Amino acid sequence: MSNKIATREAYGDALVELGKDHSFFVLDADLAEATKTVKFKNAYPDRHIDCGIAEANMISVAAGLAAAGHVAYASTFAMFAAGRAFEQIRNSVAYPKLNVKIGATHGGITVGEDGATHQCLEDLALMRTLPGMTVINPADAIEAKKAVEAAYAINGPVYMRFGRYPVPVLFDEQYSFEIGKGVKMTDGTDVTLVATGIMVSIALEAAELLKAEGIKAEVINIHTIKPLDRELILASAHKTGAIVTAEEHSIIGGLGSAVAECVCENHPVPVFRVGIEDQFGQSGGVVELLTAYKLTPAHIAAKAKEAIANK
Amino acid sequence: MKKAQIECLMKTADNIRLSVLRGTYLAGSGHPGGSLSIADLLAYLYFKEMKIDPANPRDPERDRLVLSKGHAAPALYGVLAERGYFAKEEIDTLRKIGSRLQGHPDMKNTPGVDMTTGSLGQGISAACGMALGAKKTNQTYRVFAILGDGELNEGQVWEAAMFASHFKLDNLCAFIDVNGLQIDGTTAEVMNTAPIDQKFKAFGWNTLCIDGHNFEEIENALDSFANCKDKPTAIVMNTIKGKGVSFMEGKVNWHGASPKEADYQTAVLEITQRLEGNCHE
Repeated sequence: MSNKIATREAYGDALVELGKDHSFFVLDADLAEATKTVKFKNAYPDRHIDCGIAEANMISVAAGLAAAGHVAYASTFAMFAAGRAFEQIRNSVAYPKLNVKIGATHGGITVGEDGATHQCLEDLALMRTLPGMTVINPADAIEAKKAVEAAYAINGPVYMRFGRYPVPVLFDEQYSFEIGKGVKMTDGTDVTLVATGIMVSIALEAAELLKAEGIKAEVINIHTIKPLDRELILASAHKTGAIVTAEEHSIIGGLGSAVAECVCENHPVPVFRVGIEDQFGQSGGVVELLTAYKLTPAHIAAKAKEAIANK
Repeated sequence: MKKAQIECLMKTADNIRLSVLRGTYLAGSGHPGGSLSIADLLAYLYFKEMKIDPANPRDPERDRLVLSKGHAAPALYGVLAERGYFAKEEIDTLRKIGSRLQGHPDMKNTPGVDMTTGSLGQGISAACGMALGAKKTNQTYRVFAILGDGELNEGQVWEAAMFASHFKLDNLCAFIDVNGLQIDGTTAEVMNTAPIDQKFKAFGWNTLCIDGHNFEEIENALDSFANCKDKPTAIVMNTIKGKGVSFMEGKVNWHGASPKEADYQTAVLEITQRLEGNCHE
């Protein structure tokens, strides 16, 4: 796990790769350098549309392109896509089921020094309430690249969350990615750690900590928040009888809520949520922030023991 | 324009008005005022201007219309029914559960509806996307959008105005229906957007001001659109809210209220007395 790449880099690379064989458009809102769509812009300048700092218009323009039969990837920071342009996504994209792919970079607290205004902690919750919206939060660069390709292959709106900060590469090119199918990363019998995005590698570290104490944790990577892989989660709930969720997102409405809803209705077991605990972020270095907001292997391991004690 | 042709369009517009009144009357809700003010424009666009084929409503090469002021859906449904996209009897289902004719336009449900709209300010942006898509792929279709004057309060309209000008969308024509009234009162009182023409001009648009109920002025403005290169066209239309039903004209309370039985019958009588025969193409 020594090699680290930010998933936004993979997003840019994947668009370039995909652009070789497919004639879609990529839209940005004056953030092409940051979202990495600049790579696509350099490769295919005629198919890159910079909309300026006007995200609401950008999303609706993407909807218009899609209504005219084109596929459009619209990119900006998660805050200004899911946040600022939520209603455009709802009414102009999701409601008419248009073929718009939203590439939302700079998700979560690992935006770092820019602080709370730019750290989107609510996007997974917002997007997953929209009927027909596919919501993907990749764990590493390989998964991010495969998600961009998979999003193209399906007809309809997709929200993809990418991160700014380099994270460990967990998979190789042979990795088979399927929307809506979670990935069991380790087998275990005592507790299930369900993680998404950058928290997958942190959950794997937590499993190592637990292993040292003789606790066998099953780590599940839920890259697709919606549709949720209920089957995989419930099978693991049956097996271990205790769940901890981990996400770089508010503990309200995101992965933790989705898992709790699924488990409560089908096979109730203790579910403990690790995430941002109903507060805004702040400026700081990424490692400092992850520690301050308890997105750490140690905290996940502690929660796992709490969950086990509540069986 | 020949007198007979003008008379024919007037009749079509009045038939659209009858659909607006019938649909909103039977639904018990809806927005007749701003529907009646664009009936003349829709008659002209769908019967004289747009390259469309009701038998092939998804033709990729067709001209598009985006009703950015989506609450005027009853007028759009009226003209689509007149043009044969669906049976006129379907107007009776407007706003009722299970209907293809939703309260605001739904492109997935209704043949002939090119974009889902209703949340103000978004339609003009979608129209920009359609127009830019045509330019990027060398398609020749044109995109028409209809906005309300109250809708211009939405900041997104001006994001779109910048965008259309920046990308030189000369295949985009936006009509602004200046009927002077929005829900809380006159546009001057609620949020003054005047001078509308100068604003669009300043944003780099080819801008014209016309009487939105005069077919010759509509025709001339569309000639200007056809001949203008490298700029989007804004046609600022002075209109009368509730146009064609005397007791509704210029009355803000008919923005979002449907006619009850007595008013409905009075309005229908007024229009049917104007209508003589039928001269659809």
